[in-house]
Amino acid sequence: MAKDPIESTAKRIVLTVQDYSLFSYRAILNLFRPPVYWSDFLMQSDIIGVGSLSIVVLSGLSTGGVLALQSAATLSAFGATAVTGQFVSLTMIRELGPVLTGVMVSGRNASSMASELGSMVVTEQIDAMRALGVDPLRKLVTPRIFASVFMLFFLTIVADAFGIIGGGLVTVFMNHQNGTQYLNMAWEHLRLPDIVQGLAKPLFFGYILSSIGCFYGIRTTGGTQGVGRSTIQAVVNASVLIIFVDFLISRLILTLFAGWM
Amino acid sequence: MLTFRNVTLGFAGPPVLEDISFSVAPGETRIVLGPVGVGKSVLLKLANGLLRPDEGSIHLFGEDISHMREEDLFALRRRAGMVFQEGALFDSLTVRDNVAYQMIQERVADSEIDARVLEALRFVGLEETFSYFPSSLSGGMRRRVAIARALIHHPDLLLYDSPTGGLDPVTSTNIIELIVKQRDVFHTPSLMVTHRLQDAFTMCTHRFVTQDNGMVPLPEGETDPKTSFLMLSEGRLIFDGSLGALVRSEDPFVREFLE
Repeated sequence: MAKDPIESTAKRIVLTVQDYSLFSYRAILNLFRPPVYWSDFLMQSDIIGVGSLSIVVLSGLSTGGVLALQSAATLSAFGATAVTGQFVSLTMIRELGPVLTGVMVSGRNASSMASELGSMVVTEQIDAMRALGVDPLRKLVTPRIFASVFMLFFLTIVADAFGIIGGGLVTVFMNHQNGTQYLNMAWEHLRLPDIVQGLAKPLFFGYILSSIGCFYGIRTTGGTQGVGRSTIQAVVNASVLIIFVDFLISRLILTLFAGWM
Repeated sequence: MLTFRNVTLGFAGPPVLEDISFSVAPGETRIVLGPVGVGKSVLLKLANGLLRPDEGSIHLFGEDISHMREEDLFALRRRAGMVFQEGALFDSLTVRDNVAYQMIQERVADSEIDARVLEALRFVGLEETFSYFPSSLSGGMRRRVAIARALIHHPDLLLYDSPTGGLDPVTSTNIIELIVKQRDVFHTPSLMVTHRLQDAFTMCTHRFVTQDNGMVPLPEGETDPKTSFLMLSEGRLIFDGSLGALVRSEDPFVREFLE
């Protein structure tokens, strides 16, 4: 019967959401109850933050450059090439900085979290940890989630800055426009809601990429093939959810700050 | 130490274990026999709360762990050492950090950790592997390191999950000798799962002599009085008794398994 597979799929989805909610709740709660593994938090901050710096700088620089390149062609049709700086800075800070950083770090770290934890599950290392009286959620998941939230915030600022620099380089050296004007436009048209939006998003994205990476890793079944499956699911779901949540936050902030825009 | 009362567990299908009842008393060694895939490892994971029963109750150190919260179970688990089927060593940590894992989490001083790890490694004859990574050890060495990790805290109960599975006969005998040594030196109660009859019989018919630092056979006809057997078949416990009772059993499955 066609009804049965639909029913079982629906049940599976509801069960996954329920498991994820409980998993997230416990992982967050662990930060406020001892023992807190601060050394693991620092180590993960180094892996996630410092390790992702080069890809964030490069992607930020290129994206800012492309934005300036593409917008200049369109804006010149209206004689408005002077607003290139405003266009690049607003786009980077509001949208592309957070989303791009989230997706890039998700590709790098959600996958590594899922595969690392997944491998530990299939080789019984997670069970061994539990048998030794250590909570894997507290030891492995909580430090990764908080390191991701903490570091993605700063990585987004780096991506925004390098995006604006990239746009500036293209504006000056390729579009042959005035650099001071570019920077003035980039700075003067920034408003509080833009900053709030740009800095609130990475907090959510960092949480999404790390909690989903760890969730799929810890739920791994089916040996090495299962590890591969978990890794794919983690990256795909984290990336899609980041983009979807980006839409929700943008809508919310536009509503909240309607008078400022 | 450990009591199972009418324990049943299934994973989306027919029960893997059904109506299992037995106990492990202080100083006792119980060997769970049965063919591969009969639920022996599942039974061991139920013993320290890594899995929860669907029905029945499990008492560990006098406390009912069947419905205990995971957070509360950690303290009890620290009192029970477990040796996993493939060792389950943390592959990104050295042997020293693996053996001392629990102590490192408890922030014990490094000097004390080093001394205790060396003592545990000496017990399993692997002092030289102190700073090695698990990937550079053989299968037998990994099991011995896993035994050292389980013993370092002088646990009140030991759980061995097929400690000789997949090993050659010589290495298997070395591992069994270690388990007999642990039994006869520390007298820690234990529950060992295996499908290898030879290992089970060796444990029952040998004792460890500290002066010779080796395992010797007991006199003909004698068996270790504290070592007894359980046998699983199709998720049910079909035998619970001594070696003598096992070899005299008329149960067709037991006879087939022994022969």
